[in-house]
Amino acid sequence: MSALASPQRAEVDVSRPAEVVLRVRDVRKTYGPFGNRVLALDGISLEVRRGEFVCMVGASGCGKTTLLNLIAALDRPSRGEIAIDGRASLLFQEAALFPWLTAAGNIELPLRLAGLTRHDRRREVERLLELVHLGDFGDKRPHELSGGMRQRVAVARSLAQDAEVLLMDEPFGSLDAMTRDLLHDELERIWREAGLTVLFVTHDVREAVRLGDRIVVLTSRPGRVVDEFPVDLARPRNIASPEVGDLAGIVTQRLRAEVRRHADD
Amino acid sequence: MTERVIRPIGSRLDDELRGMDNLELPLTPRRDRLAAIWAGLWPKLAAIGLALLVWQLVVWAGFRPVYVLPGPLVVLERLAADLAGSDLLRATAITLQRAVIGFSLALLIGTALGLAIVRSLRLRTAVASLITGLQTMPSIAWFPLAILLFGLTETAIMFVVVLGAAPSIANGLIYGVDHIPRVLLRAGTVLGARGVARYRYVIFPAALPSFVGGLKQGWAFAWRSLMAGELLVIIAAVPSIGVRLQFAREFSDAPGLLSTMIIILLIGILVDLVVFGTLDRAIRRRWGLLEI
Repeated sequence: MSALASPQRAEVDVSRPAEVVLRVRDVRKTYGPFGNRVLALDGISLEVRRGEFVCMVGASGCGKTTLLNLIAALDRPSRGEIAIDGRASLLFQEAALFPWLTAAGNIELPLRLAGLTRHDRRREVERLLELVHLGDFGDKRPHELSGGMRQRVAVARSLAQDAEVLLMDEPFGSLDAMTRDLLHDELERIWREAGLTVLFVTHDVREAVRLGDRIVVLTSRPGRVVDEFPVDLARPRNIASPEVGDLAGIVTQRLRAEVRRHADD
Repeated sequence: MTERVIRPIGSRLDDELRGMDNLELPLTPRRDRLAAIWAGLWPKLAAIGLALLVWQLVVWAGFRPVYVLPGPLVVLERLAADLAGSDLLRATAITLQRAVIGFSLALLIGTALGLAIVRSLRLRTAVASLITGLQTMPSIAWFPLAILLFGLTETAIMFVVVLGAAPSIANGLIYGVDHIPRVLLRAGTVLGARGVARYRYVIFPAALPSFVGGLKQGWAFAWRSLMAGELLVIIAAVPSIGVRLQFAREFSDAPGLLSTMIIILLIGILVDLVVFGTLDRAIRRRWGLLEI
């Protein structure tokens, strides 16, 4: 167990309620100079159980990205604690592959940083490329791949870190609908095969219903958890099905109410 | 009854992903290599031909006597003779050796300086604008000081060559690091690249394109400084391209002078094209910044 990104480095016992793998407790984040601070997150609390697929939705300014950065230890919370059991890896909207490396080279980098031998690295890269269905594309450079392929390489690169928790920041936001549909299927399959835990941030409510076991709704300015919707629909779900549409409608109403609150800001 | 093959759902997803991936890949028509080389070559040949023609026309116009301004044919004949002999080769070897040593020193110093500035905000505030200032300073202005400090020696030449090239190299590195997309730095951090590994696997490769740009510019400055140095700092009994230039002027040997100038131009172009051009193209092709 490791406590990451907590200012006090407090040992939070995440193992007791046996399955909690990520715990965010009362996290607050402020930006800017003293006296002119902006409150981005105000007392966010969240628990994600092992193997769970949690989607987080919110209007603009809800601090989704800020929260993921805190969980990925790219930034420190002003207050509160974040504890992760295992390793978390953050995926960006733009895939953020290194343009000077091939697809295989990108996946290999975290293995290299972890000090694996050349032989082990090659085997692992091959396995991961197969896992994301890109076995034939290992020697391609990022610019030679499509947006969807790049995102799959990014997923494989995160898995190469031995990440058990994937933090995804609108990873499919810039893809066309067809590609996105297929990647939903693909992500769901990888999630199940690799036994991952996923925290998936999106502004697309239907996407959240398509993928999530649970949907967490955030308020905006400051970000705070206001509501939670369990998704009790059988998998694999069809994003165009009426059941998905119905629940998406309910969640959207909740989000709209939240946006109305800011009408007179 | 026909037999129907029932395939599992997983394999349908496989097929769909594969099909989509194949559709998304751009179809790149193969280009004829020879045609590509020719397409790059003929404009250059045409330009050279045109320049020779203009030169010949100026000579024919006769506003200077031919022993002062000889025509291209005479000069090219002289160039061929020079290239066949050993004097020019010996002089060129010494000059190139100086260029390589000077540029290597500038590379070391410029890179170290650039790295130090990239790492320290305070150092940057202190000297970054000074470096740009040094870059704009004509290298020939350093020679009086260099000669005063080191006399008519190799050291004086090296001193100025390094001063000419190092700022460009440092600036290329600084600019490159400053313009790394933030998301790549964050990705590096997420992947666990820290300390030296962060520089080796993320920062340096990301800054490489503009670092090579800095090297290219540094080479141009180094070559110019070296030529100025060899004209001003003449070391007894050591031949060099600069010395040939100086002697040709003193003996009013116009064809020799022009033939040496052509050598200077050719070396400058060749190094830029072959060394840095190849490096630059390789990097841009990797990054997908190059057509073809």
